[in-house]
Amino acid sequence: MAYTKRTDGRKFDELREMEAKVGIIKSADGSAMFRVGKTIAIAAVRGPRDLYPKFKQDSQKGVLRCNYDLMSFSVTERKRPGPSRRSQEISLVTEKALLPVLELDNFPNAVVDVFITIVQADAGTRCAGINAASLALADAGIPMKDLVCAVATGIINEDKVIVDVNKEEEDLEGGLADTPMAILPRSGEVTLLQMDGEASKEEILESIKLGKRACEQIYRVQRDALKERYGGMKDAAD
Amino acid sequence: MGELKVKEKDLVIPGEILAEGMDYLPSTGTFREGEHILSSLVGLTYISGRLIKVIPLSGKYVPKKDDMVIGTVKNITLNGWIIELGGPYTGMLTLKEASSDFIERGADLSQYFDFGDMLVTKIVNITKSKIIDFTMKGPGLRKLKGGKVIQITPSKVPRVIGKQGSMISMIKESTGCRVIIGQNGRVWISGNKPEEELKATRAIMIIEQESHTEGLTDKIKNFLEKGV
Repeated sequence: MAYTKRTDGRKFDELREMEAKVGIIKSADGSAMFRVGKTIAIAAVRGPRDLYPKFKQDSQKGVLRCNYDLMSFSVTERKRPGPSRRSQEISLVTEKALLPVLELDNFPNAVVDVFITIVQADAGTRCAGINAASLALADAGIPMKDLVCAVATGIINEDKVIVDVNKEEEDLEGGLADTPMAILPRSGEVTLLQMDGEASKEEILESIKLGKRACEQIYRVQRDALKERYGGMKDAAD
Repeated sequence: MGELKVKEKDLVIPGEILAEGMDYLPSTGTFREGEHILSSLVGLTYISGRLIKVIPLSGKYVPKKDDMVIGTVKNITLNGWIIELGGPYTGMLTLKEASSDFIERGADLSQYFDFGDMLVTKIVNITKSKIIDFTMKGPGLRKLKGGKVIQITPSKVPRVIGKQGSMISMIKESTGCRVIIGQNGRVWISGNKPEEELKATRAIMIIEQESHTEGLTDKIKNFLEKGV
């Protein structure tokens, strides 16, 4: 099959339309929404706060706890509520993706809780979740070295790398190597890299290269959302 | 020669470059990475000489030594009270520091400070693992009776107080309320009439929302005099 255009008419390295909003949950210490195409993720941060049971405390630095979950109506087939093998894995990789930027040295024995909820899923949910969580952490006033941007790439037509895979493409016949990754926009460091499928070394390197470029765009959306949230205060100062 | 990338009172986000070169020094809310000074918080920049700092616009209270705070009694133990400040850490007020009276061994401590009582107290010591010790010995440190307590963002406390307490004394004089501000962002307001308390509360809420506006003092003055 000759493949010149993607199923939704995007270019190979074109992202879906993105939207971010900070400070959407009033009861949380920090919160954010991140939408990419039809995928919507919300994140709420609570803390730093006391951590119990006590044996989980770290007397040297704070602990980060992430929780990722799909809402039961977010997918086409009803998702049974509650933790699953998949959500536990994604919670863990999200935690590892966010931890390198956080400076928790000032919060010994405390915990920062991040709750990520997918309201609507159309592939790339863990990436949308990480993007939302990084905004929510900044909103909660937790010291961070940088924001975290995440995107998923895939390979179609055996050698063509595409950026920001949607559900339709994910379900295509013929081995699509779905590669979600999280990147720190300033240093280009990769904090999350998973791959499901088959790909050659060159294809993976190409994926990371295109992913980094995509993350620059995501960073701009995140930056604008944060500045918009607190911008009212700044305009008043001018 | 170092180069400044931001202006005074600029809104910055984590990871934003504030200055280049070694001529500037990182203060609170910033860090150095190689040649650059970067922000680690969402906040506004303040530059004083070579020092650059970022004042956060959100976040919880981080306890500091010698801070006067308003705490709540969360628990009573055999030799003191556990005080909570609204942040992640609780602290201990021991019998020795609680009162200059002699408190007998085995006395009922709830007759001094009971559960849920609000105390104006001071942090005397804080360890590396954030164990806090309080004292009630000092001017103005006491149990709060009557009035009400509101919570504001801790980083905005200095604006509510104003230069040499100008803002707070204006509110006090105009409304006739007694006001105590804890560094943890809790504000106690007590007036003779509910309307006065409400007016003081509104004024403090305006300061919190518009804490970075120029001419805030005039605005509050206007509000207190004319009610707009």
